[in-house]
Amino acid sequence: MMSRSRKTTRFVVVTAAALMLPSLLTACSSSGGSGGSSGGKVTLTEEDYFTADPDNTAYDDIMKRCGAKAGVTIKRTAVAPTSIIQKVLQQASAKTLPDILMLDNPTLQQVAAAGALQPLTDLGVSTSGYPKGILSTGTYKGKVYGLQPTAASIALFYNKDLFSAAGLQPPTTWDELKADAQKLTNGSTYGVAFSGGTQTEAPWQFLPFMWTNGGSETKIDSPQVVQALQYWTDLVDDGSASKGVVNWSQSDANSQFMAGKAAMQVNGAWNIPVLAKQPDLHYGVVPIPTPRAGQTVQLPLGGVVATAPRTKDTGNQKAVSKVVSCIVGDTTQLSLAKAENSVPAKTALLEKFGNDNPELKSFTEGSSGWRSRTAKLGDAWPKTEAALFQAIQAALSGKSSPSDALSSAAQSIK
Amino acid sequence: MSVGTAQAGVNGVVAGPREVVRRRRRTLLTFTVRWIYFLPAAVYLALFFGYPIVKNITMSFQHYTTATFYTGEAPWVGLSNYIAVIQSQVFGTTIVNTAIFTVGCIVGQFGLGLLLALFFKQRFPLNGLLRSLLLLPWLLPLIVSSAVWKWILDQDSGVLNEFLVGLHITPGPVSWLTSPSLALGSVILVCIWVGIPFNAVILYGGLQEIPTELYEAAALDGATGWKAFRHVTWPLLRPVTDVVLVLGVVYTLKVIDIILGLTDGGPANATQTIATRSYQLSFSLFDFGQGSAMGNVLLVVSLIFAVIYLRLSRRSSNV
Repeated sequence: MMSRSRKTTRFVVVTAAALMLPSLLTACSSSGGSGGSSGGKVTLTEEDYFTADPDNTAYDDIMKRCGAKAGVTIKRTAVAPTSIIQKVLQQASAKTLPDILMLDNPTLQQVAAAGALQPLTDLGVSTSGYPKGILSTGTYKGKVYGLQPTAASIALFYNKDLFSAAGLQPPTTWDELKADAQKLTNGSTYGVAFSGGTQTEAPWQFLPFMWTNGGSETKIDSPQVVQALQYWTDLVDDGSASKGVVNWSQSDANSQFMAGKAAMQVNGAWNIPVLAKQPDLHYGVVPIPTPRAGQTVQLPLGGVVATAPRTKDTGNQKAVSKVVSCIVGDTTQLSLAKAENSVPAKTALLEKFGNDNPELKSFTEGSSGWRSRTAKLGDAWPKTEAALFQAIQAALSGKSSPSDALSSAAQSIK
Repeated sequence: MSVGTAQAGVNGVVAGPREVVRRRRRTLLTFTVRWIYFLPAAVYLALFFGYPIVKNITMSFQHYTTATFYTGEAPWVGLSNYIAVIQSQVFGTTIVNTAIFTVGCIVGQFGLGLLLALFFKQRFPLNGLLRSLLLLPWLLPLIVSSAVWKWILDQDSGVLNEFLVGLHITPGPVSWLTSPSLALGSVILVCIWVGIPFNAVILYGGLQEIPTELYEAAALDGATGWKAFRHVTWPLLRPVTDVVLVLGVVYTLKVIDIILGLTDGGPANATQTIATRSYQLSFSLFDFGQGSAMGNVLLVVSLIFAVIYLRLSRRSSNV
């Protein structure tokens, strides 16, 4: 039998452990907290989702430079891209949001709707010089909650060698794209590659086709949207695009293009460094073809928004304002756009940037007209995006016709 | 201790008042000590199992959106999350897919696992090495395995299609992951591959427990080969197979990473299960109320199998 003293010791240990557990847990959860001042110098926290280069290094430099400029230390945290929203929601409920938060632009509406952000205008950050698309992406219920340093969209990449071998010019209309794709399809090479495979990327790639054809995200079963989806489906059905597109992300499409297995691809300029690793590949970039000749393609606006969450500590507002202004400032816009192969957000910087970086010139032209995905639907966009994705998948995989797929998708979000 | 005090009472020895106090004190102490031993486990269970389940159940009756995380406001909406989830077009598909996926995986994993376990019971060179290689799928992170399988099953440049077309087994490349009618089958295939080690290892352990004398005795009575399996191996392996099957069902019902990695629930919901749909509702559509309602459907199904498991393990411990 156990002696009394040992029993007591064990009792104390067990009770202490039981009592300590909850306090340990709270200690863990509250350590995330927002910035404070230590040793006289203010420390601000910043959170983004750039775990890979070139953005990772670029943002390290930006935070160092902007921190120095505002006279503060910035503690940067990069969360995995797939878990940034979960992380932000968790921080919102624990009231431990960072002072500065970088978000993928369509998700801003969700976070702003949650009430977790402060209007940048209240902080005194200037919103002038931005095109309409960027302002509407950052605007929730009439107030600007986020601004982008840079912007990105998509275009048509074509393989110059395959085109000249076939004696073709890059297409400008839907009919030309379809005919060229058919002619270029040969053996294991398909005419065109695009992404139909992930919930955010497939609708993003489909929007230029749907918008330029007169379709709108507010009525996804309209004849114009059906026609655009029919066009995509035809490319797959007549064998000009692989059946695999239904499962491809944008980087899968780029791999196909890079391996010479697709003569064209719909994709963005961020692939330029990847494509440069294949020196034998000669490619050109042209705008995505339009339904009729002479139209201007309507492209979706991508990019990252800088936001300032509401935090418990309101003493550092001036510093936050300075840092946000620096993150979206002209210097950052130019250097970041160059580093990540995007374009500066402000209209006034585009021409100079295009001249200095000729490989991005085809993106700077018209970039001030890029449209926000959330302009019409606000925080209801994810539901429509998911419905569009289902319709794209159903049509491309041959499960249902484009019109049936879209009408059932429209039904599901009513 | 308690037996001793009971006997004292039975023997009719009258205890003095001091003795009563001491006895009471002692029972109180026993009682407290018992609770103290029980407490850490109870606290742990309440914190890490009780709280999430209760929270999930309450969430499913609330309008719980992204805003809730910041403001804490989540109005009660009664059963409307459940109604929305059940009435959605996808619900029927997810239920059928979950059933086919679970049954397909379990039958494949268990069948192949049992065959491999029986195979490895034989003595042959390199048995140990091969058996440890069999564990490989178990050691790989699921995200890695699904990325590799996505390559293998790729329609245009996947190694499986190269092989099949090269040997003229199929006339052209097969759309393993991109055809709505084949995708679920392909996902089940990968799930079986992932699950074989678990089944084979546990069943192999069960087979080792069966005394060899029984086979010798059975052989004398003329039961060898299939007959020996039917009348000796199978009945004696039953307690193990029951447990493997029930645990397998619970593990398979909740599979999410393989599906997300291979097809993301697509094409066109062809591989959408209750688990992936619950994830999608919460984390891509930000409707946490409906997401947890869907999660609770899964919880109830798993619970049924958990009860079966408890019953079975109680039965086998009574044997």
